Order: sequence, then structure tokens, then C-alpha cells
Amino acid sequence: MALSKQQIAQRIAKELKDGYYVNLGIGIPTLVANYVPDGIEIMLQSENGLLGMGEFPDEEHVDADLINAGKQTVTAVKGAAFFDSATSFSMIRGGHVDLTVLGAFEIDEKGNIASWMIPGKLVKGMGGAMDLVAGAENIIVAMTHANKHGESKILKECSLPLTGVNCVKTVVTDLAVMELKDGAFHLKERAPGVSVEEIQEKTQAKLVVEGDIPEISF
Amino acid sequence: MTKGLNKVVESYDQALEGLKDDMLLMVGGFGLCGIPEGLIQKVADSGVKGLTCISNNAGVDGFGLGKLLEKRQIKTMIGSYVGENKLFERLFLSGEMEVILTPQGTLAEKIRATGAGIPAFFTATGAGTKVAEGKETKTYNGKEYILEEAYPKADFALVRAWKADRYGNLIFRKTAANFNPMIATAGKITVAEVEEIVEPGELDPNYIHTPGIFVHRVIQGKFEKRIEQRTVKGN
Repeated sequence: MALSKQQIAQRIAKELKDGYYVNLGIGIPTLVANYVPDGIEIMLQSENGLLGMGEFPDEEHVDADLINAGKQTVTAVKGAAFFDSATSFSMIRGGHVDLTVLGAFEIDEKGNIASWMIPGKLVKGMGGAMDLVAGAENIIVAMTHANKHGESKILKECSLPLTGVNCVKTVVTDLAVMELKDGAFHLKERAPGVSVEEIQEKTQAKLVVEGDIPEISF
Repeated sequence: MTKGLNKVVESYDQALEGLKDDMLLMVGGFGLCGIPEGLIQKVADSGVKGLTCISNNAGVDGFGLGKLLEKRQIKTMIGSYVGENKLFERLFLSGEMEVILTPQGTLAEKIRATGAGIPAFFTATGAGTKVAEGKETKTYNGKEYILEEAYPKADFALVRAWKADRYGNLIFRKTAANFNPMIATAGKITVAEVEEIVEPGELDPNYIHTPGIFVHRVIQGKFEKRIEQRTVKGN
């Protein structure tokens, strides 16, 4: 069965390592914060100027001056730091953030990602996504494998305007965990009960399947 | 209007004296967080038109820069994310307003460069995308970078700070800093609307975010501090 959004986030959380600074995008990536493994210490970076983002506040601690990049009221953990937007993007562009998790409309086998614009529909803007994909060494894309009509979003070539080129390395979808290497997606894990054939069918890009593919565990 | 290094002005009229049609404005804030509310209201009340506004966002319907959209005062909007605003969408799609979408980090750095006297810089952000169209590229260590230019200095740079002294030294509060410190450096006239004005010496020099040299006018503001997405534990 395909993973829920929460399960995608839960699987991605297994990639978090002790001492990581992590930027989580809006949507599924935000949920990753709920599944940080026990015994490790990480700090969440929010590009509007916060390192050490905490959980949502109690009613009495809501502060209009303390928000995340999704403009939600949040808290700051002990040891957090506030800074301006230029400093924030020095962290991002300068490669200081260890892991970036973000959503996508489409990705392709060249490592390109499209996540900010659907021509003819509302254009909201790219926000910080282009800076994040250009600066991060380690990007995990969280997305659904296919659209609601069953058409693959894992493509030979993105059809939508790009957010960044040659930057995607790992993707966790509702069906699979894949790694991009040498112009092909390598299937690493599959959602419980989902067959390799189904993943193959919903992957337009070149998909390499080597040996037995284990089911995703949490 | 001001005396010596005393930057404090007594009214919004004084704070925005010299504001005219077709000017370039930079306005601090991220969403509605850290916006100079009273100054924006005053720009709206003044009725000036044909403005070019550089700001990460364009407010929401009826608040923040949304107020200037309502009165069609903005000719060109430059920002990274402007999606929380239905009127904005209409003005954009109908072509009534020109919109230049710019990646957030590039926007921040262009503003910083403006204030720092750096005419242009190379960045990997946007290389190979629509953002790179028409821009010079250069390859360093096998990676492609695009040339991004600084903006002209803003006729008015409008920022919000937490505390100021009469020399214009500023301290920002939490994530309300965001674009404000860079924008403060990039104005021909920088106006800081602040929550509290204190006497010189009361702000610890170790903790000044924006030194007063960048700031020309300081006004005591009054803020509603509207929240865009009120999220609390358990929802």
C-alpha cells in the first residue's frame, strides 16, 4: 500500500544524523520534524531567519515576531539563533546546511527538479527553493510518485519550469525510495505491498532494479 | 528637519517627506512579520503612484503592501513569493502590474550588495532555469553561476525595528529582522519605524544590528502585528 504523507516523512526522518542542520520545506517535509529519531540532536533552519526552530507555541506564547518560512507561528528552542535573510542564505547557498528536504511537482533522471511554477496557473513565486537546491549538497525530495491521473512525476525530462538543475540525489515517494546515479533512478526500497512492477509502471525515467528490493520499514 | 545626528522625526509626514510618484521603494518584512505598518499606511494615504516596490512579499489583501495594491500604486513589484494575495494575482495575470520574481536568497544578496557598494555578483541560484535567461554565466570549478546585479539605491528604504536610539542605531526582534537589516543599508533615505525609542547609551553597542550610519529617519510606530498563519500546539 502506498505510504501516507506522514509515512513518507517518517521514512525521510531515518536519514537524519546526529549533529545535522536541516532545512525542511513546506508541506510533507515539515512533517519530518515529528519523527526525529531518539538519541540524536539536530537543529532546524528556517530561511526567514531562525536556526533552532521549535514546535508550535501554546496559545499564550504566540508571537507575531516569531514565525517559520511558511509564515506559521513557531517557537525557538534553547540555543536558537535569529539572523537576517542575507545571513540565512549564506548558510544555505554556502553549503552549511547538511540536509534539505523539499517537495516537487516533477523530477527527472538528469537530477533536475521543478517545484515552483505551473504555466497558465497561479504563479506564487519560488521563495527560497532555488537557493536551497543550488546550495545543498544533500537534497531529499518528498513527493508522490504519480499525479492523480496516475501519470508519472519521475520523468526522463521535466516538463515544467525548473527550480534547479542536476541537484536531486534521493527521492522518497509514496511508493519507493530511489537514488539518482549516472542518469538513472536506482530503486532502493518499496512501500509495503507495492510491487517492483507497479513502481516501474509509474516511473517514466530510467529505473534500475538490482537484486531483491526490500520493503520500507520505519 | 533633523538636527545633527538626531534622526528622530515626530510625524509620518516628516518620515516620508520627499516621497513622489515613480519612486523606488524597498520595504522590509517576511509576509506580515516585521513590516513597517505605519509607513506603508502613510504611503497608501499619500496616493503616490507608479512605484517600484522591492519586498520579499506583497502583503495580504488589505494589509501590508496589499494596501498599495488596492490603490494601484505599484507599477512594478519585485519579490520572491507573492502568492498570499488574490488582488495581486489579478493585477499580475491581467498585466496591470509588472512582476519580477527573484529567488529569495538572490533578492537578499542583491539588496545587501546595493547597500555595500557591490555592483554585481555570481551565484549558482537559478542557473539553468528561467531566472538565468538573459544573464551572463560563468563556470567555476565545473559549476555554472549567473551574474546578478545590485539594485539602484532605493529612494526610500522602509524598515521596522524593535528598538532604536536617536542616532538611528537599530535592534530587531526575533524573525522580524528578516530583510530589514539589508534594506536599511540600501536607501538614499532609510526610515525606521520602531516599537521603542531609547536614549543613546541604553542600547548595548555589542548588540546593535544596524549601526545608525545607515539610518536617516526614525519614527515611533504603533503596530497591529497581524498574524498570517496562527498555529498553536495540537493543531
